[in-house]
Amino acid sequence: MGRKDLLGLKELDASELINILDVAREMKKILAQGVKRVPHLQNKSMVTLFYENSTRTRMSFELAGKFLSASVSNVVVRNSSVQKGESLIDTGKTLDALMTDVIVIRHNCSGAPHLLAKNVKASVLNAGDGMNEHPTQALLDMFTMREKLGEIKGLKVAIVGDIKHSRVARSNIIGLSKLGADVYISAPGTLIPYDIEKMGAKVCPLDKAVEGANVVMGLRMQLERQQSGLIPSRKEYGRFYGLTDERMTKAAKNALVMHPGPLNRGVELTSEVADCGQSVINEQVTNGVAVRMAVLFLLTRGGRKI
Amino acid sequence: MKLLIKGGNLIGYDKPADILMDGGKVKTIAYDIVEQCDKVIDAKGKYVLPGLIDMHVHLREPGFEHKENIYTGAKAAAKGGFTSVCCMPNTRPVCDNESVVIYIKDQAAKADFCRVFPIGAITKGSQGKELAEIGCMKEAGIVGISDDGNPVENSQIMRLALEYAADFGVLVISHCEDKNLVADGIANEGYNATLAGLRGNTKAAEEVIVAREICLAETLNTSVHIAHVSTAGSVEMIRHAKKRGVKVTCETCPHYFTLEDSLLSSYDTNIKVNPPIRTEKDRLAIIEGIKDGTIDCIVTDHAPHHEDEKKIEFQYASNGISGLETSFALSYTYLVKAGHISLAKLVELMSINPARALKLPFEGLKEGCTDITIVDIDSPYTIDVAKFLSKGKNSPFNGYEVYGKALYTIRNEKIINCEVL
Repeated sequence: MGRKDLLGLKELDASELINILDVAREMKKILAQGVKRVPHLQNKSMVTLFYENSTRTRMSFELAGKFLSASVSNVVVRNSSVQKGESLIDTGKTLDALMTDVIVIRHNCSGAPHLLAKNVKASVLNAGDGMNEHPTQALLDMFTMREKLGEIKGLKVAIVGDIKHSRVARSNIIGLSKLGADVYISAPGTLIPYDIEKMGAKVCPLDKAVEGANVVMGLRMQLERQQSGLIPSRKEYGRFYGLTDERMTKAAKNALVMHPGPLNRGVELTSEVADCGQSVINEQVTNGVAVRMAVLFLLTRGGRKI
Repeated sequence: MKLLIKGGNLIGYDKPADILMDGGKVKTIAYDIVEQCDKVIDAKGKYVLPGLIDMHVHLREPGFEHKENIYTGAKAAAKGGFTSVCCMPNTRPVCDNESVVIYIKDQAAKADFCRVFPIGAITKGSQGKELAEIGCMKEAGIVGISDDGNPVENSQIMRLALEYAADFGVLVISHCEDKNLVADGIANEGYNATLAGLRGNTKAAEEVIVAREICLAETLNTSVHIAHVSTAGSVEMIRHAKKRGVKVTCETCPHYFTLEDSLLSSYDTNIKVNPPIRTEKDRLAIIEGIKDGTIDCIVTDHAPHHEDEKKIEFQYASNGISGLETSFALSYTYLVKAGHISLAKLVELMSINPARALKLPFEGLKEGCTDITIVDIDSPYTIDVAKFLSKGKNSPFNGYEVYGKALYTIRNEKIINCEVL
């Protein structure tokens, strides 16, 4: 990429995004042939450093690294470096000393990957930081849209749910806007972040967001949002903001149903919607591996740029 | 001891003048004084100002000496050109009783770099429940009270504090922040926090308490001083209150008229401060408030921290900027040199108005005056945090090219050369 790190989609321009998606397409071809070991990252070592629990993202990165022949190690940090006593920078310097080429970091604090990147020689790949970005999730979402619907330019994408706390939403709004999609978001007022429209998304009522949408993406509703008073109950949330068969009839014909997982069935979307023929939720998972292979390859490829 | 300050520029004088100090007080200000003196300072080409006063600093002692102590903080203040500072009570233990007040004054006297006037707590332990012994602390030497950093949530307690403190002539300084509204916010709520994915701290959290304090001061006809004003809305409310005759005064800090929140994209923890750095619109409103007299004082809110408390994730980093050694330069460069206000006005903001608000016996540079700061406003230099005398190197202004350097501070017969501290 001509970059040491991938910290977010904010830093990338449209051509860089397209390049990643093109390379991911090649990676997916490899996977489709059942080849689970190619030599692209031979002699490279990758460490996943997760300060938050995650199964799917960590597994996806781990497999992507292994399929590319990297040596992969996992550091599981409970909660935070502060509680553990070692600072993030010290942990990073330790990983540097262990000759790590790529650190894949997930952290509960926005900007933590940026802090790490400034202080280590290794490439830093953001696997989700606080409420900021989750660039590979948005890339795999865009990859899926591109694969299913062709060009992203001109698509209407509705993102529904807890936008305020969602790094998936932020990365998607940024990436999709750069590639020319029209992004509509819908959520209770308590879950819409201040001035989000300046990022290029239009805030509107749920039915307007879904109407004619080519893609409808639900976001996970965390239980804590009820506890902190942002929604009265998940039941009420489901009634007014849940994606149901009836609501989906307003979407464009063959609209995709997407969700970054893990699902709360009956809350952000009903099982009928999650399991319908237009749902690509499981394909998103496969595409995630291809996208992460592409990013790992591009970040570690010396001398050439994404 | 006789001291002659020779040929300096003085506010209100159309050509360089001499100042003769005798026994620690200004005896004569005149052109071409001829007098046998014990010491002569050549102030040619420099400005001789009344001693600068910073009415809002955190010296961290007792309790947080790894961040700063009274010795290092007072030394940093002297380097910054201050002859007096007022230190906030959020120490450990909290400065809520006369013993701590006396301890702070003793430590300051030993250090002898500047005058240190303690601010006492409003409530015991700054817990917001019972009033602290304001009268006893006043006797011990406090000049104001504040629950800075841990603001009084209960409006009734604030009412009682305003009524009670008035009898003792103690200024109530309110750190305006509704902690419930702040929730878990760590950056100014706005587009830039949204973009950076940082939890927002709404300007309303400051403004609702500013409104409350104005209501209380107006209703009770007491004085109140609003600490570190950071928003356009606060400026506007205070402006209107003053027009109605409400006895409200206020202060702001250099970072609120020099920085704006697009810097959040860097996640630089040195810009993490409370109240947070606001928007460009707020920054411009602060400058307007300074120009039209709505804002009375410039303070630093000097908040030194150890490197370990800043070289971490933004969310975990401590709030605050180490400001004593950059305050005059930033104020001079960004307000006077930028053409917003005159140097005379800056002296009001950094010396005369704080003295008036706190009823300190300093009223500008005239006969009888004891405290003087001599500055060079013509030579540019680059701020280098490595050279800070404060233990806190946490400043977002490292590398800024500025004008305005303190050369000497004088308190009675104590002369400090700021450049060789």
